[in-house]
Amino acid sequence: MIQWITSYFNRNTQAAPLAVFRVFFGFMMLASIVRFWLNGWIEKLYILPKFSFSYYGFEWVKPLGNFTYVIFIICGLSAFFVGIGYKYRLAIITFFLSFTYIELMDKTTYLNHYYFISVLSFLLIFLPANAYFSVDAKKNPGIAFQKIPRWCIDSIKLLLGIVYFYAGLAKINSDWLLKAMPLKIWLPSKYDLPFLGDLLQQEWVHYAFSWSGMFYDLLIPFLLLYRRTRLFAFVLVVIFHVLTRVLFPIGMFPYIMIVSALIFFDSGIHHKILEKISRFFGIVKAYFDNGRELNFYPKKKKFLLSFLSLFFIVQLLLPWRYLLYPGELFWTEEGFRFSWRVMLMEKAGYAQLKVVDGETGKRFYVDNSDFLTPFQEKQMSTQPDFILQYAHFLADHFKKDGHENIEIYVESYVALNGRKSTSYIDPDTNLLEEKDSFKHKTFILPFNDQIKGL
Amino acid sequence: MSKNLRFPILILLITMFSCSDAEDDTGGDTTDSFDRGKMLQNWADNIIIPSFETFEGITQNLEEKTLAFTEEPTEAGLTELRSAYEEGYLGFQTVSLFEIGEAEAVNYRANLNTYPLDAEGVEEKISADEYNLELPSSYDEQGFPALDYLLNGIAESDSEIVEFYTSHENAEVYKNYLESVSKRINALTSVVHSGWKNSFRDDFVANTGSSSTGAVDRITNDYVLYYEKFVRSGKIGIPAGAFTGNPVPGAVEAYYSPSLSKDLYLTALQTTQNFFNGRHFDGSQDGPGYDDYLDYLNTIKNGEDLSSLINGQFVTINEQAAVLDNNFVSQVENNNNDMLAAFDELQQNVVLLKVDMMQALSISVDYVDSDGD
Repeated sequence: MIQWITSYFNRNTQAAPLAVFRVFFGFMMLASIVRFWLNGWIEKLYILPKFSFSYYGFEWVKPLGNFTYVIFIICGLSAFFVGIGYKYRLAIITFFLSFTYIELMDKTTYLNHYYFISVLSFLLIFLPANAYFSVDAKKNPGIAFQKIPRWCIDSIKLLLGIVYFYAGLAKINSDWLLKAMPLKIWLPSKYDLPFLGDLLQQEWVHYAFSWSGMFYDLLIPFLLLYRRTRLFAFVLVVIFHVLTRVLFPIGMFPYIMIVSALIFFDSGIHHKILEKISRFFGIVKAYFDNGRELNFYPKKKKFLLSFLSLFFIVQLLLPWRYLLYPGELFWTEEGFRFSWRVMLMEKAGYAQLKVVDGETGKRFYVDNSDFLTPFQEKQMSTQPDFILQYAHFLADHFKKDGHENIEIYVESYVALNGRKSTSYIDPDTNLLEEKDSFKHKTFILPFNDQIKGL
Repeated sequence: MSKNLRFPILILLITMFSCSDAEDDTGGDTTDSFDRGKMLQNWADNIIIPSFETFEGITQNLEEKTLAFTEEPTEAGLTELRSAYEEGYLGFQTVSLFEIGEAEAVNYRANLNTYPLDAEGVEEKISADEYNLELPSSYDEQGFPALDYLLNGIAESDSEIVEFYTSHENAEVYKNYLESVSKRINALTSVVHSGWKNSFRDDFVANTGSSSTGAVDRITNDYVLYYEKFVRSGKIGIPAGAFTGNPVPGAVEAYYSPSLSKDLYLTALQTTQNFFNGRHFDGSQDGPGYDDYLDYLNTIKNGEDLSSLINGQFVTINEQAAVLDNNFVSQVENNNNDMLAAFDELQQNVVLLKVDMMQALSISVDYVDSDGD
């Protein structure tokens, strides 16, 4: 066993797949940033809001007014440099930091996809993705290698595998499998799709989509790993992601996943892709086919392998942290983020915050639209950590306005996966007496139903 | 490129180009599912257009009565004009909900009913004899609140009010201002009504798409917004001081003729309930509306009977309204708790409409159109 492990970590392989991955990753990220900008989302999501919801521990990460655009420029430029492989290490570190900064500015916009990009770009910092077919390799023959350690490529496969497999595990619950929720809500509303519209009204279709979605997520990493099922798996990847793109407002992500899945293929395909690119741009690809093999110095290798092992252990454990909290995960959302729980639930809420003068008992409600964008209000009303942060923000605001003895309460209702809305946060808890932390939030009222499963 | 990869990549490219972000809105025919086109048709042909039809007649009459009064200002004429104003204000409650199409383009609701009125502003403009009601900054100096002021608020007694239009040094300007306000109400109503009669009706009914620009999605957002901001907050919550802690009698709708205020509230409430149930404007029958749509969706998901819950809450709200004074100014001054109780009952349906109904219909509140997971 140990022998097998040692020999595995000594095996080298073609660097081309990693180079192709780097090129596609860089340019797709550049396209994503440009698309984000052109949609006017920088302004709408980061500049216009008067208040931003911070992640616990990252309160210092804030939108920077018009300077926010500069962060996006930096992020886009670094993505471009990653793509062409110029000053790669600096570029990927810059990309990771700027992209992650953007994501940390306001948790309103949290998406698993964005987290995936952050995690992936972090991993890429440690991989020799510029060893082949890059400006760096062209300028500095000393770092140009045609072959790199096999684990470098496999680590990306492992990360993709975790994302899919955990997304599949999260679907093993009674709402998803036995009630076909939330697809039963989402699919009928796509009644106007050509061909599919009427089909999507059928109950059996909702179940079929739910079950096949789960099996797809659980099995696809393995189907991509085995040579004999690989092509079939890739066709599935394309169909699945295109379907999600048609059904849901999901942005660039489906394309990113489809292109990422190419890494599972043998290097032959990647060489062909690079040949096409070379021919188009007049690059001499043969220059990179130098036959050299990259072998890390033992110390560096040891460090890299230990560090990345730790990274993957964290990745494997983090999604399970919800087990440490009491209550229903979908209801409390304690431990929900950063766990590949994608498109899992339909949750809507309404939160009316009430400012009370503790001495005189005088009270008034807050008009959320005075402080929050509709998008922020939507996210705030279904997530306890948002509500708490908002309450503290309101207290500061009204203190400045001269109000005294402020207590803040919330009357809130949440509907989850088609259940009737019920009271969400204890309306008798003065939210100012609660502090945000990783501990269980006792002011969340219990969920009146049960969702069985993982 | 490997031959084997060509097919999937071709599909990928085709879809990348075919699913551009702007969704195509021409809805396909739906056979065995709920027919949203019929619901839109019912709303347009049996509720919205007849409401505007009737209301345009009322605003036409209002303009005529105004001109008759300015021609010869008498106390009898004032009484007649007042009843045209009251009929108009009540009629407006049957159309204010439909801020879509031309109404949205001309900011119909803001022009006709921004209150409280800036009475000082009105006086300043009249004494300066310089005003332009088309400016957005003039929203709170025109419409029904301005009529209310000019017919009921400028002086105590009827004879004193009539003097403003006869012997006052600015009598001419007062008359002009009054005419401008009535004319603008009528003109804007005519614009909105024609919009429906011309192309907008067909666009609306044909726009059965499910995207955020589809007619069902748009009008549902308008509906919930109207109920929450203009019925619950505007008519009840803000005067009751629900958002400030102190009652604000000055924020009551029809402040200068406050005995009208409860009827305005009840009419608006009835409009929202009728629209929910698809009840024809003439009251003759119920066509397809949210109630049927929710019932249809419930046959799929077997959840709570939302349409009954919402209708039940409408009943509760109406029952609670029975204890309210016809005059909301004296209501908030004398017994604001009943007003706050009305707010709480209205609130229950905000939750059911905005959370439960919108979730069931899978319609999102007008959010930024950002990506989802």
